[in-house]
Amino acid sequence: AALEAMARTGGAQEDKVTPEEDATSYNNFYEFGTDKEEPKVLSRGFVSTPWTVQVEGLVKKPRPYSYDELVGKIAVQDRTYRMRCVEAWSMVIPWRGVQLRDVINRVEPLPSAKFVEFTTLFDPKRMPGQRSAVLPWPYKEALRMDEAMHPLALLATGMYGKSTLPPQNGAPLRLVTPWKYGFKGVKSIVKIRFTDRMPNTTWNDANPSEYGFYANVNPTVDHPRWSQAKERRIGEFLKRNTLMFNGYADQVASLYSGMDLRRNY
Amino acid sequence: MWALVILPAPMLVAQLLLDQLGADPIDKLERLTGHWALRFLIASLAVTPLMRLTGWGWLVAQRRFLGLAAFFWAIGHLSVYTVLDWFFDWQEITKDILKHLYITVGMTAFVLMVPLALTSTKASIKRLGGVRWNRLHSLVYVSVIAGCLHFFWAVKKDVTEPLIYAGIAMVLLAFRVVWQPPARR
Repeated sequence: AALEAMARTGGAQEDKVTPEEDATSYNNFYEFGTDKEEPKVLSRGFVSTPWTVQVEGLVKKPRPYSYDELVGKIAVQDRTYRMRCVEAWSMVIPWRGVQLRDVINRVEPLPSAKFVEFTTLFDPKRMPGQRSAVLPWPYKEALRMDEAMHPLALLATGMYGKSTLPPQNGAPLRLVTPWKYGFKGVKSIVKIRFTDRMPNTTWNDANPSEYGFYANVNPTVDHPRWSQAKERRIGEFLKRNTLMFNGYADQVASLYSGMDLRRNY
Repeated sequence: MWALVILPAPMLVAQLLLDQLGADPIDKLERLTGHWALRFLIASLAVTPLMRLTGWGWLVAQRRFLGLAAFFWAIGHLSVYTVLDWFFDWQEITKDILKHLYITVGMTAFVLMVPLALTSTKASIKRLGGVRWNRLHSLVYVSVIAGCLHFFWAVKKDVTEPLIYAGIAMVLLAFRVVWQPPARR
């Protein structure tokens, strides 16, 4: 069986789906506390229905969309992706969701839109972690338009075969860009804004020398404080080598051709 | 007394075996052993001020005890790092120590503790003489500062906890500057 797996994966270690228990109890979601075990506990009872997403900026018609209006009519897909955290651990998560480009096409951005920005809910009453200023709230992330239109980019609405996300994983709507570090995966999205200028993003604002706008998984560019060459897959003992673009280079490398990835980290 | 030092260890092992350390038990163990090392190290700094305030000379034995306890946990911390975290991947470990300042600083904190642990016996004090022994053991100040810095830099963003440790250490260090022992005649 080992040989068979070697043949199938070209010698790379196999990607086994991370146990659901681990993916739902080990979360970086500072809105619900900075310890990884906290979000599951502190998000208990977080209600994400009804949910409204404000669509703003360079779009044909800026307006609020109900969750159903925004994603309800788009075909749901199941996508199992590797997730590599900037802290050098990783998981394999079976997401359920809609392609981001389908959502974008639905809200009709103007040709002048070059970037799309996503904002997490700001509501310290429901998100107790926001009562301390550990990050500049609300959490914001953004993609270049061509990145956002890439077929791998997903807006997750569920995981592990379920059609809703647990609150600690970013219910009800969460970005998944598997070739980028996990922090790009902005959770509990309430605003989508199209713009012609590169938006500020939360971790980049908080610590620009450590977290860049692109945040593409790159084993050759270390975080200033730790190496990014290897990672520990949750549930495994030995570290494995981190792959360029988290193993999605064939699909996404062309988005960055000609760019100096050491500067654009 | 040593039971107190070792007590957290079987607890951690039990938690590990019962799968109570969360999704990334190695990371958790690494953190917890580091916390205990720094706690004991800082506690050892509290003994001298306490002796000066109370005049209780018998506390000096506790200072040695706490220092050795810190060393014990530092070895535990380093073992988790080399065995569980990197599984003797010396190439990566060397790179890690040389390239990443927070590891460099943490290793410094540990290395400085080695001569202190080795000369912790009464016989060593006699052999070195009180003045020289004291001078050597003032290395603990460097070690504790390095330890606090290591913790501070190891944390991604929420530095509350490292700041608490550093704050306590600073107060205990400042005490030594502010309150010099009366000169001996």
